[in-house]
Amino acid sequence: MLNAAPPATGRFDMSDPIVKIRGLKKNFGALQVLKGIDMDIEPGHIVALIGASGSGKSTLLRTVNQLEDVTDGEIWFDGDLVNKKLPHRAREKHLNLLRQNIGMVFQHFNLFPHLTAMENVTLAPIMLGRMNKAKAIEHAQQLLDKVGLDDRAEYYPSQLSGGQKQRVAIARSLAMKPKLMLFDEVTSALDPELVGEVNRVMKQLAKEHMTMVIVTHDLRFAEDVSDHVVFMADGYVVEAGPPEQLFRNPQKPKTKSFLHQVFDE
Amino acid sequence: MDIELIGRVWIYFAEAALVTVQISVLAILLGLCLGFVAALGSLSVNAALRWPSRAYVSVFRGTPALIQLFLLYFGGPQVGIHLDPMEAGIIGLGINIGAYMCESIRGAIISVDKGQTEAGRCMGLGHFQVMNKIILPQAARMMVRPLGVNSIALIKGSAIVSTISVLELSYTAHRYISSTYKPFEMFFLASIFYIVIVTIFSYGVGKIDRRVSLEN
Ligand SMILES: Nc1ncnc2c1ncn2[C@@H]1O[C@H](COP(=O)(O)OP(=O)(O)OP(=O)(O)O)[C@@H](O)[C@H]1O
Ligand SMILES: [Mg+2]
Repeated sequence: MLNAAPPATGRFDMSDPIVKIRGLKKNFGALQVLKGIDMDIEPGHIVALIGASGSGKSTLLRTVNQLEDVTDGEIWFDGDLVNKKLPHRAREKHLNLLRQNIGMVFQHFNLFPHLTAMENVTLAPIMLGRMNKAKAIEHAQQLLDKVGLDDRAEYYPSQLSGGQKQRVAIARSLAMKPKLMLFDEVTSALDPELVGEVNRVMKQLAKEHMTMVIVTHDLRFAEDVSDHVVFMADGYVVEAGPPEQLFRNPQKPKTKSFLHQVFDE
Repeated sequence: MDIELIGRVWIYFAEAALVTVQISVLAILLGLCLGFVAALGSLSVNAALRWPSRAYVSVFRGTPALIQLFLLYFGGPQVGIHLDPMEAGIIGLGINIGAYMCESIRGAIISVDKGQTEAGRCMGLGHFQVMNKIILPQAARMMVRPLGVNSIALIKGSAIVSTISVLELSYTAHRYISSTYKPFEMFFLASIFYIVIVTIFSYGVGKIDRRVSLEN
């Protein structure tokens, strides 16, 4: 995976965005959670999604792979309308294909407790016929190696630390060779001393030009890893830009007060 | 207590106990099948599957097992269902316990964390694949105990098939009472056999339960 080094700003002007979000709205019953989101994600970009608790970050992330359906608006992934209106069966098929290209990592790992680390990683590629068993195991071994857990392949999740679990979860979502990775506060449930090992894996992926959306409360990590930061509040994107601008020279009062609050803690 | 009498008749009770075991095992197997199908149906997104499953559970948990059994055995011939007592007993008990087992299985399935389904679905696995490879293996561990409770209830409840003259433990006790006039001894003896059956069964369930929960 030795691609050419990306330009310092990470801009790939010649390519279309891999994700395009237009006028996205999401209600939970009477509660309006997303109130009109527009966003582009360029291939190879690392987008950090920040904002106060309840601002709609997770909801936005989960609409991209349709773990949440949308109330209004459009989401495009790789030239395909994600939330197209289809009959039930056709929609399931469309979503299954779509989701094979989008990896997701959760705050609480959601590893399959009845399967070993190896089986967690190989389950989807084998079941979905992406690879035969031998190939899937070989690939999984490489991925476990990449996240530093080659010696833990036969362990069950209950035998792993939080940081190790999350690294297995990352390997698992990489197993389908996704074009986009979604990370929802993947270090929030970890003991502080275990955060670093997971962050290192994400940084490694960033170096390899994986397109990633990272929801995080860890603003230092966001600044460090991302090339585009999106600040959300109350269901809107308030401000977005390169990290050096958004963190060092925010334009909107809401951004300023959020950053003050967080950095003063 | 007439020990000598017990010594003479216990062997016939042992035979009857085997009938109780046979009815119970077959009814449990039928109940498991019905319960499993109904549990999946009741969790389906498709209302045409959900509705009959819910109706099955409410009807068979909401009416006395004895009435269900009579309806099947005495009422059946009126609508062209002719069953011998043994068949009616197995089917009647099985359909009845299936409604309870449905709830045990359903409970175990919905107790699996929602994040497991999400993790599976967001890798592109279909609903059936997630159920089969991710949810059911985890739910299976959690359903052993409640299904064991249902099954033990069924073993004891199988006494009601004595009312349609299946020659199992309870009916055997009744028959010996009419010839010996010793209800205490006969019911005592029947109780002993029920305890033996239930104890062996509980031991088996406990073993399975420990086995599945120790798997990792
Ligand atoms: N399934 C749901 N049903 C109802 N309300 C929901 C649901 N999911 C989220 N919400 C609500 O939507 C709002 C946004 O939630 P969301 O999880 O997207 O916020 P967030 O920015 O990720 O917050 P956090 O930083 O705490 O994770 C919250 O008010 C939340 O209570
Ligand atoms: Mg969240």
